[in-house]
Amino acid sequence: MTPNLDTAFAALADPTRRALLARLAREEATVMELAQPFAMSQPAISRHLKVLEQAGLIQRRVEGTKRPCRLAPEGVAAVDQWLDMLRQALTRNYERLDQVLAGMTSEIPKRKSP
Amino acid sequence: MSASQSLSKPMTLVTEGDRHVVITRRFAAPPELVWRAHTEAAIVQKWILGPDGWTMPVCISEARPGGKIRYEWSNGQGGGFSLTGEFISLTPFSRIEHVERMHLPATMPDNHIVTTFAPDGGGTLMTMRMELPNEEARTAMLASGMDKGMEISYARLEKMIQARTI
Repeated sequence: MTPNLDTAFAALADPTRRALLARLAREEATVMELAQPFAMSQPAISRHLKVLEQAGLIQRRVEGTKRPCRLAPEGVAAVDQWLDMLRQALTRNYERLDQVLAGMTSEIPKRKSP
Repeated sequence: MSASQSLSKPMTLVTEGDRHVVITRRFAAPPELVWRAHTEAAIVQKWILGPDGWTMPVCISEARPGGKIRYEWSNGQGGGFSLTGEFISLTPFSRIEHVERMHLPATMPDNHIVTTFAPDGGGTLMTMRMELPNEEARTAMLASGMDKGMEISYARLEKMIQARTI
């Protein structure tokens, strides 16, 4: 599925869902395995997984009666790329500021002279 | 490498706890100049622009407690958005506390920011600590383009995603 950044970031705004993603970054896991470290019912975990799946951040496959989850590389890459662009735009601003400051520094002696 | 290049260092941007974002950057100029570059409209207009091609035709920066902040950006092709805010307190040339919000045109949650400028060798270490009302607001801010001028990048990214080039 095509990742949607709005839904991806909304999905990431929840600490439980981020913990689930961190767990899935290590290895594929079933709902039961994912629910274990959390003080939450399996249905509650399933609801979080559904949000992550709809956001394109995880994928599920069918294995008998189980539906193990794993990270969806495409969705995670889109979020990474977005944050990287945010950093780049800020970096660009500060590079411009470096130039502005260099200009201001060279102006100081002129302002002090009569 | 020139002296000015060696004194400026890469920016860091990290989230802290549930509601904060902290940005740091070193500059090869004394705190007074970096402080002025953040408070004087004529200087702000030169550098807070985001991606190349954007300009800031309107910049109001009343650097006193309660003073207004208004930045308006344009891409020269009818595209634009703005930021409004208020200064809370200013300590020349070391600290600025203000609140700001983006209008995309939907108004984003208030971002409460404390920026400090510390002497660092011959330069300045700037630390900008942003506080959002809650975790959802912080995520929304990061996602919708905390930086001015990110809308165009967002559109570009969407095209890239549609074209499956990433």
